[in-house]
Amino acid sequence: MYPAMALITFTNKGIYCEQGGFYIDPWKPVELAVTTHGHADHVKWGNKGYLCHELTKPVLLQRLGADLPVQTLPYNKEISINGVKVSLFPAGHVIGSSQIRLEYKGEICVVSGDYKVEYDGISAAFEPVKCHSFVSESTFGLPIYKWLPQETVFGQIRNWVADNQDQMKTSVLIAYSLGKAQRLIKNLAGDIPIYVHNSIANLNEGFIRAGVDLPETIRISPDTKKDELQKGIVIVPPALADGKWMKSLHHAATGVCSGWMQVRAGRRWRAADAGFALSDHADWPGLLSAIKATEAEKVFVTHGFVSTFSKYLNEIGIPSAEVVTRYGNEEDEEEEILKEA
Amino acid sequence: MKRFTQLIQQLETSNKTNDKIAALVSYFSTADERDKPFVIAMFTGKKPRRPVPTALIRQWATELSDIPAWLFAESYHSVGDLSETIALVLPPAAHTTDRKLHEWINDLAALNGKDDEAKKMFILHAWDSLDTQERFIFNKLISGNFRIGVSNKMLVNAISKQSDTDSNKIMHSIMGKWNPGEITYQELIAGAHVNTDNSWPYPFCLAYALEAEPASLGEANDWQAEWKWDGIRGQIVKRNGELFIWSRGEELVTDQFPELHFLRDELPDGTVIDGEILSVKDGQVQAFSILQQRLNRKTINKAQLKDAPIGFFIYDLLEYRGADIRTEPLSERRKLLEGIISQISNTDVAILSPVIEFNDWEQLAEIRKGSRENNSEGIMLKKLSSSYHSGRKRGDWWKWKINPYTVDTVMIYAQKGSGRRANHFTDYTFAVRDGEHLITVAKAYSGLTDKEIKEVDAFVKKNAIEKFGPVRTVKPELVFEIAFEGIAESKRHKAGLALRFPRIARWRKDKVAAEINTLDDLRQLLASTL
Repeated sequence: MYPAMALITFTNKGIYCEQGGFYIDPWKPVELAVTTHGHADHVKWGNKGYLCHELTKPVLLQRLGADLPVQTLPYNKEISINGVKVSLFPAGHVIGSSQIRLEYKGEICVVSGDYKVEYDGISAAFEPVKCHSFVSESTFGLPIYKWLPQETVFGQIRNWVADNQDQMKTSVLIAYSLGKAQRLIKNLAGDIPIYVHNSIANLNEGFIRAGVDLPETIRISPDTKKDELQKGIVIVPPALADGKWMKSLHHAATGVCSGWMQVRAGRRWRAADAGFALSDHADWPGLLSAIKATEAEKVFVTHGFVSTFSKYLNEIGIPSAEVVTRYGNEEDEEEEILKEA
Repeated sequence: MKRFTQLIQQLETSNKTNDKIAALVSYFSTADERDKPFVIAMFTGKKPRRPVPTALIRQWATELSDIPAWLFAESYHSVGDLSETIALVLPPAAHTTDRKLHEWINDLAALNGKDDEAKKMFILHAWDSLDTQERFIFNKLISGNFRIGVSNKMLVNAISKQSDTDSNKIMHSIMGKWNPGEITYQELIAGAHVNTDNSWPYPFCLAYALEAEPASLGEANDWQAEWKWDGIRGQIVKRNGELFIWSRGEELVTDQFPELHFLRDELPDGTVIDGEILSVKDGQVQAFSILQQRLNRKTINKAQLKDAPIGFFIYDLLEYRGADIRTEPLSERRKLLEGIISQISNTDVAILSPVIEFNDWEQLAEIRKGSRENNSEGIMLKKLSSSYHSGRKRGDWWKWKINPYTVDTVMIYAQKGSGRRANHFTDYTFAVRDGEHLITVAKAYSGLTDKEIKEVDAFVKKNAIEKFGPVRTVKPELVFEIAFEGIAESKRHKAGLALRFPRIARWRKDKVAAEINTLDDLRQLLASTL
């Protein structure tokens, strides 16, 4: 469908490396799935083998099955698959998220999966990798998306929690269980206890076993007292945002943590009491700086504002093409996971 | 400005009326005195003269953001609001400032008459000293369009609560003529510029929908039947030489309907009538869509008066010779009402809503079938002995509406909504089958839950075939039952016919595209209604 490249092609199963005989983040079952991170739109069940960063492994085992055939790599360590040199570099998106660097006969390609350039305090910091071709997401590829430094946003969240406590409201933060939840926990931990939904607690346990330095949280159980929750910070995934359980809380005030909260329409859409523009994806300046730092001659733009962002890259002299993938539905996918669980 | 920005954020982060009112009450209790009248003026749509044209503002913002015009346009499309788009695309501000809202407004007003360079200097400097939220507010101050989900009624309730003053008096006061730079908040509450003693309306009497057969209501001759009109419920108050028109939302809409102003001279003082504002041409009630052209406008031009003339169909008499007669039986009130209307000169505009003569329920059921020919929604049943209740009370008044028509269609185009729905595909176009082809018959953007909208949105994103600007052509797979109120021939539409008030009745997940209706089905329906 797209002009053949030296190293990768975009097929109906996913991003394919012909020389290496493997796929990156395939959405249909293949022999070997090299996996950027554990969000459900990037990794599916049913592949014969998985290769990912060592901190992505606990996520895959938990979400896809404890006996999943997963091989791991640390960052910056090269292995060879059928003559293609494969290595992982931090993508800064969530814990364990990786850019996949491929090298074959001097040609270098980097598939970045999802990424953000600001260090979030818990995921290894994004590292630009020089390459000939770069595959970039474009989730927030419009100039309206410019994040405030995360410390500013966490300041807003802390003030909001304090206001809620004054008004005897329960502060409930809505965040993806993989990534955003750990980022909130790491940055908000302090005097106020943090209560988390099962789906988050399970992931946290896996991370802690794998050696991640994650502050302590309390798993919410049917016995958890509503009064205690009111005095703490509650973190639940989006699928629970409208549920019965929320209604059972003492005056729940919901705060959605997502890049979409940057825009008023996004805030109203989620009908939350507060919206915090806190994203695990790169903002507009972040995307541009990351892409420029790769010095890539060709940029493939996937999920997000694909055509707009690609058109802009071409206009500023970075040759770019649009690519259709099935990434970019974290929210829906996460809701499915919860239904299955 | 910071306090006002905070208010706007509070208003926007809650969709609960009580929270919004609490935020407004708190604002009016703590804000700068000179800011308050300006806020009331803005929220009620009193626009100052626009100091800088939109095109210039947009051009400067694009220049300053260092992005191409097409990218600004894409951003605008995604955000759905120009003021907000500008606030977001501009580079971060280098300074901060703590100027008062009224100071900004006065400075903006002072720009009128200055040259473009001076205006640009001022605007750019302002942008560079305000954070994103404040910029958004500032841009709204320039445009004067402040629509943030605060109705006049909500604002009035908040001021009423804050000042412990009757809400109808506040409504009358703020709907009057006043200048925010010249009046104080206290004077506004006191209604110093108007006489609020004359205007107060009564609460409307409302009806429940009749779910059972009318025979369950007992003897037919205990009941008065009228057509149920589909317009804007209104109350006309004439006291001490002044005329006031209130809408059902308890908003004063006197200025919107000049056709009714002759009643100032013809209704006796101390008269309050209840009725329906409708579009009426040559004594015939027109479709609601025509009336819509006249609603929520600050000014009415000649063309609108000509194309969508209005009339008032009168239902009831609440005050007679200065006395509240709402507890008199309907039959008595109707007699007095007929007496008053007989004195009116122009009964093509102020029309006594006719009583339907019928002998038994079966006969009335037959008559009801003809509702659509009158552009009515069915029949109202009112007990002849009933009082004019405050609000809804079960038993005395019933609306016996006709069922809408329905047609099964398939979705073929989708477009992103605006405002709250700006990032989701929420506006759909639907088609029926015409032989081998699909032919568009309706557009609709309401009737689905937020959850369903998300599902459809995901489908559109996965199944878009083509892209024409904001419109996506999608695989014809999703079947929707469209409800509509009428069908008419139309030369403008490819199908040769047009549906009236189409809306999504339900998403037929149980049906596939092969099972939808055909254009012939609709043609037959059209023929049967002619």
